[in-house]
Amino acid sequence: MNPFSYTRAAGAEAAIHAGAAHGAKFLGGGTNLVDLMKSDVEHPTALVDINHIGLDSVVKMADGVRIGALVRNSDLANHPLIVESYPMLSHALLAGASPQLRNRATTGGNLMQRTRCYYFADTAFPACNKRAPGSGCAAINGFNRIHAILGQTDEGATSAHTCIATHPSDMCVALYALGAKVEVDGPKGKRVIPVTEFHRLPGDDPAKDTVLGEGELITGVTLPAAKFAKNSWYLKARDRQSYAFALVSVAAGLEMSGGSSGIIKSAGLALGGVAHKPWRSAEAEAALVGKPATRETFVQAAELTVKGAKTYEHNAFKVELAKQCVVKTLMQAAQIT
Amino acid sequence: MKNFTDEQDEIVLEGGGEDRSAEEFCPPEVELSRREFLAASGVLAAGVAAWLPRMAEAQAKAQAATTTPVMAAIAITINGKMHSLQVDTRTSLLDLLRENLDLTGSKKGCDHGQCGACTVLMNGRRVNSCLTLAVAASGAEITTIEGLGTPEKLGPAQRAFLEHDGFQCGYCTPGQICSATAMVEEAKRGDLSLVSWESGKSRHPTLTDAEIKERMAGNICRCGAYPNIVAAVRQLAGGAA
Repeated sequence: MNPFSYTRAAGAEAAIHAGAAHGAKFLGGGTNLVDLMKSDVEHPTALVDINHIGLDSVVKMADGVRIGALVRNSDLANHPLIVESYPMLSHALLAGASPQLRNRATTGGNLMQRTRCYYFADTAFPACNKRAPGSGCAAINGFNRIHAILGQTDEGATSAHTCIATHPSDMCVALYALGAKVEVDGPKGKRVIPVTEFHRLPGDDPAKDTVLGEGELITGVTLPAAKFAKNSWYLKARDRQSYAFALVSVAAGLEMSGGSSGIIKSAGLALGGVAHKPWRSAEAEAALVGKPATRETFVQAAELTVKGAKTYEHNAFKVELAKQCVVKTLMQAAQIT
Repeated sequence: MKNFTDEQDEIVLEGGGEDRSAEEFCPPEVELSRREFLAASGVLAAGVAAWLPRMAEAQAKAQAATTTPVMAAIAITINGKMHSLQVDTRTSLLDLLRENLDLTGSKKGCDHGQCGACTVLMNGRRVNSCLTLAVAASGAEITTIEGLGTPEKLGPAQRAFLEHDGFQCGYCTPGQICSATAMVEEAKRGDLSLVSWESGKSRHPTLTDAEIKERMAGNICRCGAYPNIVAAVRQLAGGAA
């Protein structure tokens, strides 16, 4: 690990000021950043510790809730407002990482989590456009079992644009289905970004995970008024029963008219483990609206979520797995068997 | 550069490959028996030391800016005792405990937050000390396995693990015990787990074996002493032993 200076910021303004320094990064829980620094993937020359700037509460608003960026994953998962009104989010948070990691990991940090692509995390592999821009992609012809099937950039192993990494978060998948917004502050002032636009697809610049500008700090996340509290579910398919990243995960919420057996009024549906960002299919959501909550409806929607999927040597199974998981999650959300 | 081949009881030191600096840095190819190697290693070290200034001076100057440690003052309470000291900002809480303060109960397994052997309590919450920077833990109260009891007066979690033989090699045990200690408190205040949601018990979860396994999933035991660990935690939680 390279040496770095350490500053403990007393407030958001001080943090943003210190974060403007060249080579600076914000330190939240550190569960991802410190790990990557140990592996020489991240090498900030200055850490700005934001653990003491406040922004660590969950507040009820007139039209939803506001979650401070420093709220720990374990606290968020157990907050009464979340458990009661946004159970899908609590469920997703508790499907991620371990209790020890969730005790440190923050809401803002989870949004900033970097891919778990083996070739990104291990500097022994020279090619990784995300870690070393322009170096190519080792995953595309490598062991790509955990990699993307949707939204990836695939121009061959040597292209500077190719990236088939996936986003590793569980929390974010639920935030996508819930239609959350991300509040940021920075040298150019405050702005609010819909979470679905916060993360990027690799496009022609795989090194960039999010649309955050230089020195911008996540200050909070807002959730709209709850409409999926009664009918939502999170499903995570993985190689171990616990403490493993998703091969595929699904967050689904249904707003029903006329009780659980009635007609779907609105829907939120997002997938994890399939793309460079949580994958929200507006087409699939639209296909659910106005339909009865039946298995047939869900099978049709599931087909749409994987439309245009492209697979690789080791991850072709993800298409069928994703479809099955979507159907199962929607059935759980609708409470039908 | 070194191939240790036990069968042949010899050690081969090979010259560097294409990397010119490595080539200059390495001694010519020699083959030594283990005994000769042990005898010669001091000489080799001296030889390397003689090359070091010539080879490394320029590099050292160039790298000085990026390799000079940054030191920071911290004040941290560990097992009730306050420590004020200077640390390299890169020091993990785990290394601070083990290397600086001689509290070697907390173990380094993976050093990447994947195994839980380094679990300690930070302000009463279980955390991976390997991913916690010591400098960021300044001001915190840390409890390690040494703070949970003594050989003469074991803490309840330590006693439960002992009574249920909740270990084999024992390497993961300090982390397991710290984790279990915090987990029981989390359950008492009604914290949920994934199993709480999946079993439909999101209102009043009770510590079933499935709950215990999920809530202890951050602590890996390579010996596979899990059934006995679950039994120990069940007793600690006040369930039937």
